[in-house]
Amino acid sequence: MARIIVVTSGKGGVGKTTTSAAFAMGLAERGHRTVVIDFDVGLRNLDLVMGCERRVVFDFVNVIQGEAKLAQALIRDKRNPNLFVLAASQTRDKEALTAEGVGKVLEELSESFDYIVCDSPAGIEKGATLAMYFADDAIVVTNPEVSSVRDSDRMIGILSSKSRRAEEGLEPIREYLLVTRYSPERVDKGEMLSLEDVQEILALNLIGVVPESQAVLNASNAGQPVILDKESTAGQAYSDMVDRYLGEDLPHRFTQVEKKGLLGRLFGG
Amino acid sequence: MALLDFFRQNKKSNSAAVARERLQILVAHDRGRNGPSYLPQLQRELLKVIRKYVEVDEDAVNVHLENEGNQEILELNIVLPER
Ligand SMILES: Nc1ncnc2c1ncn2[C@@H]1O[C@H](COP(=O)(O)OP(=O)(O)O)[C@@H](O)[C@H]1O
Ligand SMILES: [Mg+2]
Repeated sequence: MARIIVVTSGKGGVGKTTTSAAFAMGLAERGHRTVVIDFDVGLRNLDLVMGCERRVVFDFVNVIQGEAKLAQALIRDKRNPNLFVLAASQTRDKEALTAEGVGKVLEELSESFDYIVCDSPAGIEKGATLAMYFADDAIVVTNPEVSSVRDSDRMIGILSSKSRRAEEGLEPIREYLLVTRYSPERVDKGEMLSLEDVQEILALNLIGVVPESQAVLNASNAGQPVILDKESTAGQAYSDMVDRYLGEDLPHRFTQVEKKGLLGRLFGG
Repeated sequence: MALLDFFRQNKKSNSAAVARERLQILVAHDRGRNGPSYLPQLQRELLKVIRKYVEVDEDAVNVHLENEGNQEILELNIVLPER
């Protein structure tokens, strides 16, 4: 039986796809058979971040509509044999996803994978609600800014009521908070909500803090999940996040301003 | 430039404090609007009852609570399948 994890947010552009790619690669690197699914039908871009866009022949919607077998649509990652990608369709509209169809695909994947990571579109329309519906765990991606935190708060309410687990009276979805694009410098200057501020409002288990980092754009330019960039702060933060998900108790890094010497402060850098 | 930054650092801007305050108000308001906690349960049970008589979709029943002045209106929306 696979564990199904949805990567979700209320607001768009906060880092869900970046997170899904990094998280899935991190699980695979630790030896778990993992598949990552793009639920953002019509706006597919997980395949770009994963760097497998030229190998997409069949997609999630093809499988749901019976036009392709699951085995034909799964793309094995070239870097890690434990990792597979199920791409979204560029052309179909969101109505192509049905609860029944998605449920069937997830059930079939459950037989051969340890983890199923669902890269959700933003908000509460079809693709997003379906990605949430079947989840066992949810990672709520949030940026330290007013609209993102507010929308995350709304998502948390929906997660706890509109899921299979809620409907069947099972143990509720485990929800985790992931704060991304965090800039300790700006927090210090009083220009950005602090971690404490965000956590005070969204009282969830904090699974990670990913700093604002140039490495994320470089990684997506190259089609390499940023977790593979072991030198980068973002890569290391994602790596910690995966370990925490798997039960390790690690302190959060990159949440404080790095102390520069006086000379460094005077001469910039 | 760096030298100037060094002196400027002491003058904290306070937009984060404003953001925090606005958020607290917004979120409190949102949470109030979502209605009482029995609504999802009510929706599920209604769906069950309706399904005894009509074959309807998972999302066919919608329950919504609206505040108008000092009246509360419970809105029920049931979509029956096309024949
Ligand atoms: N930690 C980060 N540092 C800098 N840029 C980031 C970070 N996380 C995400 N981004 C950038 O933000 C944009 C949106 O990210 P994406 O993962 O596509 O968000 P979503 O899937 O939520 O729409 C992308 O351009 C991405 O490169
Ligand atoms: Mg995305």
